Amino acid sequence: MVDLSVNIGSLALANPVMPASGTFAEGTSQIFDLNCLGAIVTKTITHDVREGVPPPRVAEFRDATLFSIGIPSKGSDYYVEQTVPYYRKYSPPLVASISANTIEEFRRLAAKISVPGVAAIEANVSCPNLKKNGQAFGMDPDATWQVVKAMKSATSLPVWPKMTPNAGNVVEVALAAEDAGADALVVSNAILAMAIDVETFRPRVANVMGGLTGAATRPIMLRIAYQCVQAVKIPVIGCGGIATAADALEFLLAGCRAVQVGTANFVSPTAMPRLIDDLTEWCKRHGVAKLTDIIGAVKMHEPVDFQQRVAL
Amino acid sequence: MNTLSTDPNAPRDSAITNPSRARVIALCPDRANADTGQTCRTAPTIAENQCEVRSNAWVNAEYKHLVLTAPELALTACAGQFFHLACPASNDDSPYLRRPMSIYCVNAEDGRIEFLYKVQGAGTRGLAQLQPGDTLDALGPLGKGFELPASSEPAHVLLLGRGVGLATMAPLAQQAISAGARVTAILSARSEALMMSADFLQATGADVITVTDDEQTSDVVQVESIIRRVYERRRITYVATCGSNRLLVMLQRVASQLNIPGQVALEQRMGCGYGACYACVRPFRKEPGSEELSYRRVCWEGPVFDLQETTSW
Repeated sequence: MVDLSVNIGSLALANPVMPASGTFAEGTSQIFDLNCLGAIVTKTITHDVREGVPPPRVAEFRDATLFSIGIPSKGSDYYVEQTVPYYRKYSPPLVASISANTIEEFRRLAAKISVPGVAAIEANVSCPNLKKNGQAFGMDPDATWQVVKAMKSATSLPVWPKMTPNAGNVVEVALAAEDAGADALVVSNAILAMAIDVETFRPRVANVMGGLTGAATRPIMLRIAYQCVQAVKIPVIGCGGIATAADALEFLLAGCRAVQVGTANFVSPTAMPRLIDDLTEWCKRHGVAKLTDIIGAVKMHEPVDFQQRVAL
Repeated sequence: MNTLSTDPNAPRDSAITNPSRARVIALCPDRANADTGQTCRTAPTIAENQCEVRSNAWVNAEYKHLVLTAPELALTACAGQFFHLACPASNDDSPYLRRPMSIYCVNAEDGRIEFLYKVQGAGTRGLAQLQPGDTLDALGPLGKGFELPASSEPAHVLLLGRGVGLATMAPLAQQAISAGARVTAILSARSEALMMSADFLQATGADVITVTDDEQTSDVVQVESIIRRVYERRRITYVATCGSNRLLVMLQRVASQLNIPGQVALEQRMGCGYGACYACVRPFRKEPGSEELSYRRVCWEGPVFDLQETTSW
């Protein structure tokens, strides 16, 4: 029996696999048993009810998608009264993803959703579709520090800020989040991008810019996750282009303690249960009894010793 | 032949009385038991159905007819529902996301589902390459299908379809007739060669009226007068449409004047197909006649919507 369990700070997960926010909904429960997941991460909510941006909201590339949804939200009352009770019938811990326009709103919303049934709060400080030109709190270390600090003052639940690859220096933002008391980091949200239809002259998503996601982004996202792992002491949850057990293992070997699966859920909604099964098989094949044994186990290439070579 | 659910008002789940034999990937039975003490309590109602291609032939210059052998769960699909197809790569195309396709026919006894599709983009070009014996991954059944209203008087259903919408109307005609309704179908196409479903609908027992651009019989004014003549002969108790914005607008007006309830099946570019990504939204009136609009997901709240709550595009 392979032990896939991991801890994210005080939170124990049966396995390291969870959906990335916004790629999972109640409908997923009609496709597979949600109890197989390490955690359940819900779509980002805001305090107020929001419609999101106009369609078209999605464009497609080879192994990548451009989404600009703009965080439609049924609001925090609906979340507390409907969404949380719905997921209480499932065993994996529920992670609530939240977003807000101001630091004060982040604080208030964190307090409001700190109800029984919510195990951790993901701070979406990184959505590229909320503000003009993709600006987000997570692009700035000070703003991120203030958001995390405000949330920590308002809740006793673990706070997981989600990093953005669109920051000039993600590591500085990660360090600021850690300093403010973040319990873990999710690395990362989508890459700010755009595309134009040359027949119609129109941007391929109505919001002009959106978030590039999917398999093609994985090497970039892995690099950023690795850099954050190197810089911070708190757990890092890898995210970006993960579809298979091999993809997840890259992030685990790089030092991530868990992974989020996003766009792959759209391509194949059974991607997560399949990934978990394949992870077990991989561990068996490699004689790994505890998955935690391989976290951060990436091996560096041996340096070439030119002096010695010359001597030979 | 009655192959579709005869009770369109039945909740979707009730159609599934037996655990599915569909090839459902990884329901994680062992770990769910071991780690949480819980078992999988519910059979899936949506699955990545691994279907086998029986045939995939051209029906005219633009459309192909895809016939699949499908697992049991897929055969519970109702008129208006759709499958999200993992279209194979072909030549320079490698579609990353799935493509939604409304069902053209379900035959449960024969274990068969069918699609009628226009070959026009990366996804459908891939579908067009499928050969008998190939496997196609069809996620579904998805979405809310048509719901014929309970009616005190004998039901008379008017179907109005154009272009790709003709395929969507076919299973509804079948479903309505098997529920005891009389069906009049007005089918519109650019040319006689692109007129699909007419023979199929006639065989199910529908009264079929065809109009084409070539014959100059398909403009909105003429179609409206046909509907009014049909109505004068026999009161229409329900209307449904798919495939044309202009026909939608006209039907909304006529149905509103004549006080006929109705529905429309919509298309939209989709991400996931099961309500998670919110990519496929369109604006809808919050209720009929309301000026207040709100986005709804075509894949989840639809693809069949109330006629009067739908906004034209």
